Amino acid sequence: MPLLEISGLTHRFAGLCAVSDFNFAIEPHELVGIIGPNGAGKTTVFNLITGVYCASEGGIKMEGRELVGLTPHAITKRGIARTFQNIRLFKELSVLDNVRVAHYGQISYTPVEALLHIGRFRAEERRITSQTLDLLSVFKLDDSAGEKAKNLPYGLQRRLEIARALATGPKLLLLDEPAAGMNPNEIIQLMEFIGWIRKTFSVTIILIEHQMRLVMGICERLAVLDFGATIAQGFPADIQNNPKVMEAYLGEEAVL
Amino acid sequence: MAKLSAAYYTLLTRWHTLTGYKYFWPGFMIAGLGFCMAASTFEFLDLYLQLILIYVGINIILTVSLNLINGYMGEFSVGHAGFMAVGAYIASLLTVHVFPSGVQNLLFPLAILAGGIGAGLIGFLVAIPSFKTRGDYLAIVTLAFCMIVKSVLENIDAVGGPRGLLGMEKLTTLPWVFFWTVLSVWVIRNLVYSNFGRGILSIREDEIASDLMSVNTRQVKIIAFVVSSFFAGIAGGLFAHALQFINPRMFDILKSTDILIMVYLGGIASIAGSIIGAVIYTILLEILRPLGVWRMVLMPLMLVLLMIYRPQGIMGMRETRLFKPLRDLVTEKLWRKKKKEAANAAP
Repeated sequence: MPLLEISGLTHRFAGLCAVSDFNFAIEPHELVGIIGPNGAGKTTVFNLITGVYCASEGGIKMEGRELVGLTPHAITKRGIARTFQNIRLFKELSVLDNVRVAHYGQISYTPVEALLHIGRFRAEERRITSQTLDLLSVFKLDDSAGEKAKNLPYGLQRRLEIARALATGPKLLLLDEPAAGMNPNEIIQLMEFIGWIRKTFSVTIILIEHQMRLVMGICERLAVLDFGATIAQGFPADIQNNPKVMEAYLGEEAVL
Repeated sequence: MAKLSAAYYTLLTRWHTLTGYKYFWPGFMIAGLGFCMAASTFEFLDLYLQLILIYVGINIILTVSLNLINGYMGEFSVGHAGFMAVGAYIASLLTVHVFPSGVQNLLFPLAILAGGIGAGLIGFLVAIPSFKTRGDYLAIVTLAFCMIVKSVLENIDAVGGPRGLLGMEKLTTLPWVFFWTVLSVWVIRNLVYSNFGRGILSIREDEIASDLMSVNTRQVKIIAFVVSSFFAGIAGGLFAHALQFINPRMFDILKSTDILIMVYLGGIASIAGSIIGAVIYTILLEILRPLGVWRMVLMPLMLVLLMIYRPQGIMGMRETRLFKPLRDLVTEKLWRKKKKEAANAAP
């Protein structure tokens, strides 16, 4: 059974069809890329999967269960986590707290226990804090645990965002343009990093990207969007030679 | 000079050791209650001073609880006086009409609690529009709520209508105010330093991101509004039994503004700031009383200057160590120690 199955997904913004009839399936442990020119509807697909928008038509199934109509936190609880194109950390919160917030779906104490600091509260907080520190140390962020997130350098902020997403305990990780604002060297590092995340946390990854170098390097399959329509799906090598894709996207890119 | 700063430093470390001590808070509670009881039985503080301290306590409760919405959650509520009114009226009605007159002293905490619970229920209702509405629009909703409460109270004859309600005994004593103040500060601090509190903060920073990071934003908003209005109701009950007279006009938008001023004077998202803001504002208003009408010129002027030169308030977004839970620091320390040991053991 596929981990995530999207069928006939369509979304309209007051007449503008941002995504139309998008079909897509991903098996566990795959790494798939969604590419396409600016405004092709890639981020809208992510917003539909994570419940930020409610799809006009079509269905999204996670392990056979329908996701359309659920709130974002309920979807996150089902095991989908994401990062953002423009970093959306909780800027004034410490690095530690940024990741600790993401444990919200897993806490077992009730509000009353939290208000009075009784019952399961102490043990649970201790568990969350040390788990968070473990995660941060894996990402080499533990030394800046007390730092405010806004004070971290850009690269570390990106890393923290991924760490925060992983703290929700996802099966499926959605990365929205992780290479935005990176130079070729950093992109190569990022490729290794993403592969390493997939292995270490055994997550399935969907990646939105502009940078051809990145997607061609690591993605096992690709879906190409243009003006909301899927123009191609397949292996990177096939996509590279697909005339439709060349026309819509790679043609421009090759010139650049 | 160097000597002085060294002395200050030693004092500070001593203070931190003291406040980090496990029994500091229970000790503080007992000592404070003892002092307050002594003060009100032996009257070594005169009644006027006691009354000011009572108002300081009530204002601390109001400021800390409003800071939960306006500071920690980053919304702008101007309806805090409305919640206060609900608490004040429920508590007063209970003590005046329901409770037998002989045992009012004993039942007083129940009346206050009932006022708090009533206000908390109303707070739950106000939390519902906050699911969809944010910022200025939610401010309008809370403003409307404040007006509704006022006009409803003005039109119910059973609670005195516009004339107000009187006949309360002076049940609000210094020890009670101290007890409720410490309780509200403690509970709100506990909330802020739990994962629900982090959820509240994350809503201020980025609501969509926090929802996507598994924070149940609706649940968090309900918790924040209910806790905040609960303590506003408690403060209202105490206020009514300190003044022994209430009418709907006392709880209009001006009262909310007063609380807002204390919040922003002390600084948003800070418990220490709320306490400092409430204490300074209340005491300054009393000190400036001889100036008569000019007091109402001087205070706003000070606020304008504050906003120009220190817009974040006295303690904006900062917290003294006194209110940070020790648990976090200890857990982190232990974790680092373990990591170090593991690193040493590896080679």
